[in-house]
Amino acid sequence: MVVNNTEKSDLKTVNKTPFQLTLKRFMKNKLAVAGVITLSLIILAVILAPLLTEHDPTKGDLMLIEQGPSSEHILGTDGSGRDNFARLLYGGRISLIVGFAATLFSLAIGLVTGSIAGYYGGRIDSLIMRVADLFLALPFFVLALTIIAILDEVTISVFVTIIAITTWPSLTRIIRGSFLSLREQEFILSAKSLGASDFRIITKHFLPNAIGPIIVNATLMMATMIIVESGMSFIGMGIPQPTPTWGNMLSEAQNIRVLRDHPEAWIPPGLGILLTVLSINFIGDGLRDAFDPKSNRR
Amino acid sequence: MGDERNLLMIEQLKTYFYLDENRVAKAVDGVSLSIKPGETFALVGESGSGKSMTALSILQLINKPGKIIDGSVSLDGMELISKTDKEMSKIRGNDISMIFQEPMTALNPVFTIGDQITEILRKHKGLKKKEAHNRAVELLDIVGIPRANEIIHEYPHQLSGGMRQRVMIAMAISCEPKLLIADEPTTALDVTIQSQILDLLKEMQEKFNMAVLLITHDLGVVAEYADRVAVMYGGQIVEQTSAKQLIKEMKHPYSKGLIQSLPSFKKTQSRLDAIPGTIPPAYDFPHGCRFSARCPFVMDICTQSNPELIEAASDHHVRCFLYEEGGADIHETASPAAK
Repeated sequence: MVVNNTEKSDLKTVNKTPFQLTLKRFMKNKLAVAGVITLSLIILAVILAPLLTEHDPTKGDLMLIEQGPSSEHILGTDGSGRDNFARLLYGGRISLIVGFAATLFSLAIGLVTGSIAGYYGGRIDSLIMRVADLFLALPFFVLALTIIAILDEVTISVFVTIIAITTWPSLTRIIRGSFLSLREQEFILSAKSLGASDFRIITKHFLPNAIGPIIVNATLMMATMIIVESGMSFIGMGIPQPTPTWGNMLSEAQNIRVLRDHPEAWIPPGLGILLTVLSINFIGDGLRDAFDPKSNRR
Repeated sequence: MGDERNLLMIEQLKTYFYLDENRVAKAVDGVSLSIKPGETFALVGESGSGKSMTALSILQLINKPGKIIDGSVSLDGMELISKTDKEMSKIRGNDISMIFQEPMTALNPVFTIGDQITEILRKHKGLKKKEAHNRAVELLDIVGIPRANEIIHEYPHQLSGGMRQRVMIAMAISCEPKLLIADEPTTALDVTIQSQILDLLKEMQEKFNMAVLLITHDLGVVAEYADRVAVMYGGQIVEQTSAKQLIKEMKHPYSKGLIQSLPSFKKTQSRLDAIPGTIPPAYDFPHGCRFSARCPFVMDICTQSNPELIEAASDHHVRCFLYEEGGADIHETASPAAK
């Protein structure tokens, strides 16, 4: 970040905001950019699902079970005669929504609890962190499966809630950790000495300085959420049929006949999960590098 | 002290840190001082003597496990200790503001200079965005920043240390406070920049008729800029007088030690006369006078009880047995243990 006198005339390059600098570093990471493009295409496809197919993903035609690809059903039909291509697109919607919503929900809990714990410290910090430890100590899958088994009906919002309340502690820890290190910084004391309120200090001074690790971890968490949803749906404990998700499309392949004779039914959703998760992870890695001030030097 | 009213009165302030069940660090232990409007009051002492903690106590910014346990701090007759945090946040930055030692870390790295100055103006003065912006440019101009309307859009990392300290000063004076606390404002800067910053502080002080509480360990700075001075040791004031008087006649052995440890052009020496030993930890002061273990004039009584702050000469207070009744004689005969 050397500002030469010769550069001074070009104020635009000198006065890059931290956001612009981060963006510039992010764009240098080819894999991350590829991730953004791939993910954008997937998101675009699932949003435009009604335009890309005219089949209803939940209504089957029992006369056309486990059909191979045809001009009518380009990826064939599943065991209940539902169009696989429609299910792939609409299922992608559910998988992405679950991943996104669960991350947002988890992030919201993590932000509030982590901020309070890291800012105030003391007894409230101990309390929050012990509760977080408790949640981390619980075996996630057993807990989630138990709740789902007890509930009569698993809707998307219930499912998202279950994932979120079991994953928030890791974000709480990260946010608390970055707050603790920021708390010792002099500009926090300086802001206090100039009369900033607690809320203002948290939102204006702590969060913008901790945004890097928060975004990176939330992104990586989103990938995990999508995997979790797929895994749970695959074993039949996720979003119930007939609602399509990539996970319960894959569960069709538990049938050896489908696995052997109809790869067009299970390869696309598998590929969907793979590409989405890979893209998100690449984006996460790219963000990690982009937010790292050490790569600032070049 | 004098008949002019005091701006800031600190009386018997005690700020203790409860480290664990057995150890209590008496960071500030019974400090009393008063500052008149427009005056520069210097607080001198080595690291760990309680200078910064006194300053933070004034602003009620003591963090756990620290606590102000006793005493009074009043600004214009208004008691600050009993104020809630919300009430204090209106006073901080508005009536009293503070600048810090490290200009490198005292500014938020993710916001522009302008954002940070306007934030204060909008909070305390209720200015609109545009007004605050114009005022911020004006303030930067006042503190001597060239190209103020360009610098205002820059980030702290784009400025030098001296510039950042100027920005800090601009922020601190933005609401024209009555008292500015400067906690070693020049320690982290080059010598050449130091005097510029101190001159700037002096200029701002005159312009806005602010009182300045200048925390420093540099007696040269005291001689040049301060009106009154208090020397702190071990959380207590050990000597308090006018700056002129202190430079002319240091009474407390600790103050003498401080001045002797300064390098001098007059005599050639291979080593500086350092005060032997280090300041004892605030949770483990020796019995009796806190300086007794390092004092060259130590007497029996010094290890038995802690002397009171007494007026040894007109407007010259010292906390030392040498100046108590009959102590003057001892002073004459007492010879320093170390040459």
